[in-house]
Amino acid sequence: MDFLAPTTWADALAAKAEQPDAVPVAGGTDVMVEINFDRRRPRALLDLTRVPELSEWGRTDDGRIRLGAGVTYSRIIAELRDELPGLAMAARTVGSPQIRNRGTVGGNLGAASPAGDSHPPLLACDAVVEVASVRGSREVPAAEFYTGPKRNALAPDELIAAVLIPRATGPQQFCKIGTRNAMVIAVAAFAIALQPQRKAIGTGIGSAAPTPRTAPDAAVFLAGEIDAAGLWESRGPLPEGLAVEFGRKVRDAASPIDDVRGSAAYRLHSLSVMARRAATWAWDDFRSEDRRAA
Amino acid sequence: MTSTDSIPGAKTGGGRVGDSPLRPDGTLKVTGQFAYSSDLWHEDMCWGVTLRSPHPHARILGIDTTEALATPGVYAVLTADDVPGENAVGLEHLDTPALARDIVRYEGEPVALVAADHPETARRAAKKIVVTYEELPALTDPRRALDPDAPQVHEQGNLVREVTIRRGDASPTAPVVVSLEFEVGMQDQAFLGPESGLAVPAEDGGVDLYVATQWLHVDQAQVCRVLGLPPEKVRLTLAGVGGAFGGREDLSMHVHACLLALRTGKPVKMCYSREESFYGHVHRHPAWLRYEFGAQPDGRLVYGKADILFDGGAYASSTGAVVGNGGTLGLGPYDFPSVHVTARGVYTNNPPCGAMRGFGCVQAAFAHEALMDELAEAVGLDEVEIRALNGMREGDRNITGQLIDSAAPVAELIRTVRDLPLPPERTSTDLRELPGGVSNTTHGEGVVRGIGYAVTYKNVGFSEGFDDYSTARVRLEMSGGEPVVTVHTAAAEVGQGLIAVEQQIARTELGVERVVVHPKDTTVGSGGSTSASRQTYVTGGAVKAACEAVRTTVLARAGQRCGQTGLRLDGDKIVATSGEVVATLVEVLGDDAVEETVERRHRPTRPIDPETGQGDAHVQYAFSAHRAVVDVDVELGLVKVVALDTAQDVGKAINPDAVVGQIQGGSAQGMGLALMEEIVVTDGHVRNPSFTDYLIPTILDMPPMQIEVLEYADPHAPYGVRGVGEPPTISSGPAVAAAVRAATGKALRRVPIRPEHITGT
Ligand SMILES: Cc1cc2nc3c(=O)[nH]c(=O)nc-3n(C[C@H](O)[C@H](O)[C@H](O)COP(=O)(O)OP(=O)(O)OC[C@H]3O[C@@H](n4cnc5c(N)ncnc54)[C@H](O)[C@@H]3O)c2cc1C
Repeated sequence: MDFLAPTTWADALAAKAEQPDAVPVAGGTDVMVEINFDRRRPRALLDLTRVPELSEWGRTDDGRIRLGAGVTYSRIIAELRDELPGLAMAARTVGSPQIRNRGTVGGNLGAASPAGDSHPPLLACDAVVEVASVRGSREVPAAEFYTGPKRNALAPDELIAAVLIPRATGPQQFCKIGTRNAMVIAVAAFAIALQPQRKAIGTGIGSAAPTPRTAPDAAVFLAGEIDAAGLWESRGPLPEGLAVEFGRKVRDAASPIDDVRGSAAYRLHSLSVMARRAATWAWDDFRSEDRRAA
Repeated sequence: MTSTDSIPGAKTGGGRVGDSPLRPDGTLKVTGQFAYSSDLWHEDMCWGVTLRSPHPHARILGIDTTEALATPGVYAVLTADDVPGENAVGLEHLDTPALARDIVRYEGEPVALVAADHPETARRAAKKIVVTYEELPALTDPRRALDPDAPQVHEQGNLVREVTIRRGDASPTAPVVVSLEFEVGMQDQAFLGPESGLAVPAEDGGVDLYVATQWLHVDQAQVCRVLGLPPEKVRLTLAGVGGAFGGREDLSMHVHACLLALRTGKPVKMCYSREESFYGHVHRHPAWLRYEFGAQPDGRLVYGKADILFDGGAYASSTGAVVGNGGTLGLGPYDFPSVHVTARGVYTNNPPCGAMRGFGCVQAAFAHEALMDELAEAVGLDEVEIRALNGMREGDRNITGQLIDSAAPVAELIRTVRDLPLPPERTSTDLRELPGGVSNTTHGEGVVRGIGYAVTYKNVGFSEGFDDYSTARVRLEMSGGEPVVTVHTAAAEVGQGLIAVEQQIARTELGVERVVVHPKDTTVGSGGSTSASRQTYVTGGAVKAACEAVRTTVLARAGQRCGQTGLRLDGDKIVATSGEVVATLVEVLGDDAVEETVERRHRPTRPIDPETGQGDAHVQYAFSAHRAVVDVDVELGLVKVVALDTAQDVGKAINPDAVVGQIQGGSAQGMGLALMEEIVVTDGHVRNPSFTDYLIPTILDMPPMQIEVLEYADPHAPYGVRGVGEPPTISSGPAVAAAVRAATGKALRRVPIRPEHITGT
């Protein structure tokens, strides 16, 4: 097995172009497990940890965070909890401290597991994945990035450079069901992002369909009802019936399966509860922000 | 390196019975320097791997090893045809082939072995072995095992053992009757050190095996049979054991590594992966239980009935003894005038099940404790008083008619846990204190608190007439001007702290500070199994007896020297009745060592009557009670155990810290079964053979515990000790399940309780 260890992004892209079957490795928390289990025997590993820009993040002129593919969960929790609260909440639920010290959002996207915890908040925030190759770079909206169970939109010669995530303009929440209280793969997960300036709501569902996905009908419904009732302006309480209906619509957006981790029926049920609660918490945060500002 | 004399306790004259000296292996383990069996290494060694059956039941039509053998780096490929001795092992029945011949009876059964210069080479070569199978109908529902048309797993039928217990009225009636059915899923021992060992061929044609195990001598006997070698040619030494919990009572890679070593003439190391480990050892029996209690309107029990079915899987392992426990102890620590219990263990084509901490009592306790709560409700008592009212007392007879002739403090234990302070009402909004933890599924919505109680008893040591003994060799000599004791037993240290206990006993009996524990091996007599909570009692007792014999010899020598009797040993001095020092140990010992070897047996037990199940089946009973407090998110079905408090009678705490350690670990393991630990088997196939999906509790699942240790000495046991390791695993799970029932109002007749069971989705 070849071990390629480029130290610049240009070299990394060149290496990937030359050996498209080289498997990138960032934190290795997915790749090394697969190798140890002999599920994968790549001809070459392409180590990306020596490329400095991948582990950097910065603010763009248009109000987004450009999160290098190699930024670890631990750093997201420590450094980005205000600007990317949804992603930081999700990061906090990933594995154990050891895994959070190594695992990256780029790796989560590369693995594209329907249970990956980054995906629901990325979807809810309208994040865009910046992918690159020697041919140039392109931006793929998160919603188009996941193409099937553990499949993504990368071409064989492409690497993930970064994720562009709008900085939070309103409250965000992330909830994840697991059958123990830590270190657990999501049985179902849900993320919500309020975007008051656009009077919009973003959603993301995890572990309840072949790919992570949004719940567009639920989002449009809730944002519309809030708007119709003038709540964006009045910041009045969210009527419980609305939250309940939102929960139902989120549930209807999912198409889960039965597996050892949980039944499809439970996944649907838990999504409706999480969506209802998350919407309520986010809305209550939105209201108290106003009070704090006043 | 830590040696025995760097123990702080030992230096200060502590480290005796009742102290908690640091364990000699403790620092090494927490700093990651301890050598486990998977760290074994030998110059020139090669690696062995196992090819296993992918089918739960199939006929082997042929095995073609040609391509595997032709792989560069491969030294040997072995099948059943290469077994020189008898191809049969097993703890109770010799029903398990070392390598499958003709038939495979469960998914994961070993079929062939490969030795190669690298583990990867060996694994790849194993994939090149072509086994042609004809799949057979598999029996995977144990409830169908005794149907006339059920597929037969073995020629002698599918029943491994049936036990009936009959006592009192043959058809009892009572004014109050409660009943239930319960189901317990398949738990795994989930020890952290996977099966591993190293077999080194010897010049005499024999083999030296270094292996992580629970009972060296019973392994030795089985390995000898398969290799066709006498015991002197098969020598076993205990390698570093990373937990056991019953999962190392049966052989795993022992014979396989020896077969490969003898064939290749090279040392052979085998080390299972985590996934293989799930196929490589027996699990706790899943069980189906049907219970009925009759009582007076005041709650006093009139009768107990139980019908228990254990799924033994494809081979017997210790199913017979598990059925024995499930039957004889299956109604819990209560006084029943009339009893009607049937327990059965059956063969199926599911993974073999055998020993695991709590051994047959764990499954039963979920049922009898749930039913005690039903009875409490029916007669209007609370959960504590119903147990106190019916709890066994010293002087009672249990359901096999055996006299309980030492403390049986059921009422005291359950009231003690009740009286411990309750955790405060939940006020915190810290997510880590809520169900779901930082996964942020509730900020308090849907969260209901519940409290549950359970009490249990468990036999200590081997039962039903088994010749249960341990051997200790103790040597006292001068070394560097200082007396040194060497304790040699074959009793396995599996992480429980036996080495420290052996040292403490020797220091106490001989008054000598430096105590060296010899490596555990088969050059001394059997220490019996490290299971059934028995080693501190049985091997501890043997060490005590051997020390006493050494002391007697030393004093006799001193007596010859000075012509006095009534001498005693006081540190390194020999003291007369007058208090006068008549000699020093140095003078008496000189260059000679005093060495004594003692075999110690506990009081004999007896087989139970085949018709009535009556008899003095067990040597000692250990009692414990738990109170669990849980917060349940009843809408999402997620549980946070807030408190798990316990009281346990340990007779005498030889090492109080180790006692607390056993209670904490055992309680966590019981809680794991109540809430999450299950090997999911569908149509004979294991669906979650990894720690990704076989979940065990983490530190965020396990609350801090309040632990009350009672010490009512058992007059029949050395120092009054009572086994400690298993009871916590038995009573903690039922207490947690009861608390979840209390919070949710749901019957919850199956463990592990999954979120789906609570939400009904
Ligand atoms: C014990 C344990 C617990 C875990 N718990 C969780 C959990 O709770 N939630 C969760 O979501 N995940 C969990 N995981 C999975 C894993 O940690 C995450 O998916 C993590 O985000 C992977 O990041 P990584 O940097 O380690 O990826 P790697 O293993 O290095 O890579 C993962 C995949 O992404 C590809 N890749 C990496 N970087 C790039 C890039 N720049 N361009 C293109 N492809 C790339 C790799 O080729 C590979 O296919 C767990 C894993 C373990 C071992």
